[in-house]
Amino acid sequence: MENRGITFGYGFLSQESSFDVQFSLIEFDGSHSYFRAYLVGLLNTILVSVIGIIFATVIGVVVGIARLSNNYLINRTAAVYVEFFRNIPLLLQIFFWYFAALRALPLPQDTEPMFGVFFLTIKGFFVPAFVWNNLDIFIYSIIAAIISIIFIKIYARKKQENEGIQTPVLSISIGLLIILPLLSFLFGGVDASVEVPVIKQLSQSGFTYEGGIKLPPELISLALALSLYTATFIAECVRAGVQGVSKGQKEAAASIGLTPNQVLKLVVMPQALRIIIPPTTNQYLNLTKNSSLAAAIAYPDLVLVFAGTALMQTGRAIEIVSITMLTYLSLSISISIFMNWYNKKIAIKEK
Amino acid sequence: MFKYLKQLTSLVAMVAVLFTFTTETMAAKKSKTLKNTQKKGFVRCGVSQGLPGFSNADAAGNWTGVDVDVCRAVAAAVLGDANKVKFTPLSAKERFTALTSNEIDILSRNTTWTLSRDADIGLTFVGVNFYDGQGFMVRKNSGYSSVNDFKNGISACTNLGTTTELNMRDFFNSKGISYEPVTFEKADEVVAAYDAGRCDTYTTDKSGLAAQRIKLSSPDDHIVLPETISKEPLGPVVRQGDSVWEDIVRWSLNTMIEAEEYGVTSANADSMKTSDNPAVKRLVGAEGELGAALGLDNDWSLRIIKQVGNYGESYKRNIADTGILPDRGPNELWTKGGILYVPPAR
Repeated sequence: MENRGITFGYGFLSQESSFDVQFSLIEFDGSHSYFRAYLVGLLNTILVSVIGIIFATVIGVVVGIARLSNNYLINRTAAVYVEFFRNIPLLLQIFFWYFAALRALPLPQDTEPMFGVFFLTIKGFFVPAFVWNNLDIFIYSIIAAIISIIFIKIYARKKQENEGIQTPVLSISIGLLIILPLLSFLFGGVDASVEVPVIKQLSQSGFTYEGGIKLPPELISLALALSLYTATFIAECVRAGVQGVSKGQKEAAASIGLTPNQVLKLVVMPQALRIIIPPTTNQYLNLTKNSSLAAAIAYPDLVLVFAGTALMQTGRAIEIVSITMLTYLSLSISISIFMNWYNKKIAIKEK
Repeated sequence: MFKYLKQLTSLVAMVAVLFTFTTETMAAKKSKTLKNTQKKGFVRCGVSQGLPGFSNADAAGNWTGVDVDVCRAVAAAVLGDANKVKFTPLSAKERFTALTSNEIDILSRNTTWTLSRDADIGLTFVGVNFYDGQGFMVRKNSGYSSVNDFKNGISACTNLGTTTELNMRDFFNSKGISYEPVTFEKADEVVAAYDAGRCDTYTTDKSGLAAQRIKLSSPDDHIVLPETISKEPLGPVVRQGDSVWEDIVRWSLNTMIEAEEYGVTSANADSMKTSDNPAVKRLVGAEGELGAALGLDNDWSLRIIKQVGNYGESYKRNIADTGILPDRGPNELWTKGGILYVPPAR
């Protein structure tokens, strides 16, 4: 490297970055350091991965179960969806959703508001933002609700083990989650007002919205492409898991008088999950790594902000690429560790 | 005392002899890049992924443009054939790494010459083949006639990893305007996103705006605003540490510009050998031993002019005749009101 006149060092991380980023979860502008630019990229990567994982899981479970449906129309539709989306390269799908979205979405001035306050436009999805007073009390009330739910669950299990009586934990939990925050509004001095996005004229033909929260179309199409793609693989994992539980288990459960819902919840799913979790972990890892394709459509993720703009402006290729690789490695390992812990938790416990 | 002085003088003399000796062998010894290029039989040149007028490939894979012509000139000088060039299309992000890691030997890819690039990351800029500046393109029906009409919340599409990103921030900050930067890795995606209405303005070098405008669905609905917000001297780049190769690329470019200044063209170059003007004769290799200083033969400059043409021919062929920027502006010779001025080849 010395021969080629390249110096090596991580000192540049504290230098002023002098570029801006279109979308960031923490405050950022060019006067912040390259290290903060790294954090911006990292958080954006985590954001799109988390959104993608949640949606991919929901869609995957629904489609996976739909494929097992006895209804011909439902299981065929699910099969077509799976085969279609898992066999097209992801980058093409990202381009498709992005440019299709850009073509299809209306300009800000032509948008019909949804419920009067949501505006889906080519420049992004503008949603109302809450402006809070005493937000901390509200958060405490939610934490209190969650803690009491955990206690109720423990109590309900004990009661069932001792007396055989089931407690409707789900409805109590939902009730608590609504009532406690509500009390904080009534007596805790919590107050929230809604800030609705307002249209703003930029030029004779150009408009945008101001106020509220703006989700850029890049985030929406990336999350959409990632979750639709990964959901197909998760659907297959779910199908494999459910089919992996032997028929005798269901029949035995039905014969002792469990309702079909109880059969699914108490007998089939716990066993199916053991088969589903390990391959699904792989899919979560894939999704996180695939999010690096964001650079193609201007979503400011780690690769675009840090291994893109920051690399270009500093020329520190080796340093930046090594940090980026380590970051993805750590992200993937954290997901695996969590999923392995969860897998262990639901595994058969030999007594 | 006298004894020491004598010793000292002989030492100085020895150092001087040694110094002349080494400099002589240095000049005589060919550069590593030159040697490798001659061994391979082609010049490895990094260009853009498609910027009409600068470096653009047609359907048959033939590269044309003023940036391409710099590489062709070097090939003509070093290998005797302007077609012996291997072009590697590079994104803005890849370009410097490709050069410093020895993938290419010349980077001729509308690259802005800046201090940090020149000094910090193992690169050396050899000259300027296009004087450019950053501008803004907007829709005609927006009613914008100047950058002073921009308002808070404007969104601007541009390329990732360019000086454009930094200039844009400086510009909007100085005007106190809040803006949304939307940056893509490839120019085609920037154009597509701007065309679709994702951004209110598209900003890059003005030559780039003029070239990309023809890719829009209806080019006539867009205008480039008159203001120029930055200096963008674009030029070829080589690796640091091979000064002979650096000189070859620099003087290949200078030869093209000087040939225009003295009216030597691809058509009349041969007949200029008998010119009365010694500067012209030097330029076509009929006088002096200029090639030897670069480790080349004496016809190197003649080949450049005959095979590639002078700078004016290259500009006309690639930029003016294609309708990108018919007006040469600052890229006119200093004798004709522009700022193209190169040191004399003598």
